Amino acid sequence: MGTDEDRVFKALADASRRGLLDRLRKKPGLTLGELCEHHDMSRQAVTKHLGLLEAANLVVTRRRGREKLHYLNPVPISEIYARWIGRFEQGRMAALDNLKQALEGEKQ
Amino acid sequence: MTDTEFVYTTYIRSTPEKVWQALTTAEFQRQYWGLALISDWKKGSKWESDGGCNHVSGEVLEVAPPKRLAYTWSNFDGEPGHSRVTFEIEPMGEVVRLSVTHDKLKTAPQTLTKISGGWPHVFASLKSLLETGKGFDIARNKESAAA
Repeated sequence: MGTDEDRVFKALADASRRGLLDRLRKKPGLTLGELCEHHDMSRQAVTKHLGLLEAANLVVTRRRGREKLHYLNPVPISEIYARWIGRFEQGRMAALDNLKQALEGEKQ
Repeated sequence: MTDTEFVYTTYIRSTPEKVWQALTTAEFQRQYWGLALISDWKKGSKWESDGGCNHVSGEVLEVAPPKRLAYTWSNFDGEPGHSRVTFEIEPMGEVVRLSVTHDKLKTAPQTLTKISGGWPHVFASLKSLLETGKGFDIARNKESAAA
């Protein structure tokens, strides 16, 4: 139990890996080559980061012919959310989040 | 599968048979999903939702217990057509890997938004139910669990 969670937090504790998750959120199903395109990281570094994300179940892959497609899997984050925030804070958190987005002028 | 928008996966400490039961039994679904999908789960049969904030329906495409279940899903908000939901259940030692793919959503952006936000909650709740006997109160948080 603890180790699954440790992997998730460890995987998220790195800006490059969070960047990869952002890319996959915007565009699901990217290949390794496509994921390397807009990063200054080497292909080896991207591969290593993806390995950690996959081990934490934050990235899921599917094969299409010879290609491996990568997808963001937010289920472990939902589990964390449900454990600490979900039960009591949902309404208030949503309000705070909306306020933050409005003040910071973020798009959804 | 080029139209696949997401593949969501969770690992559950359970058996494929129990996970299958959870996916196809109304009483189970209500506990982790806040709605029930009513059907006899035979290929070609219809299903429709009972409870929940969106009425959804579709046709059963594939039934291979306890491994694979696929059905069509009527899109939300008046978006025409049906998308497709496919569950895959794979035993992996002491755990079961459960994946859901929801595809054919290219022409239904509203449905995609709601669905992609909904499934992670449904899966997290299902995992909790099977491992601890308690699902989350998804029905109370309808806007975040539209699926």
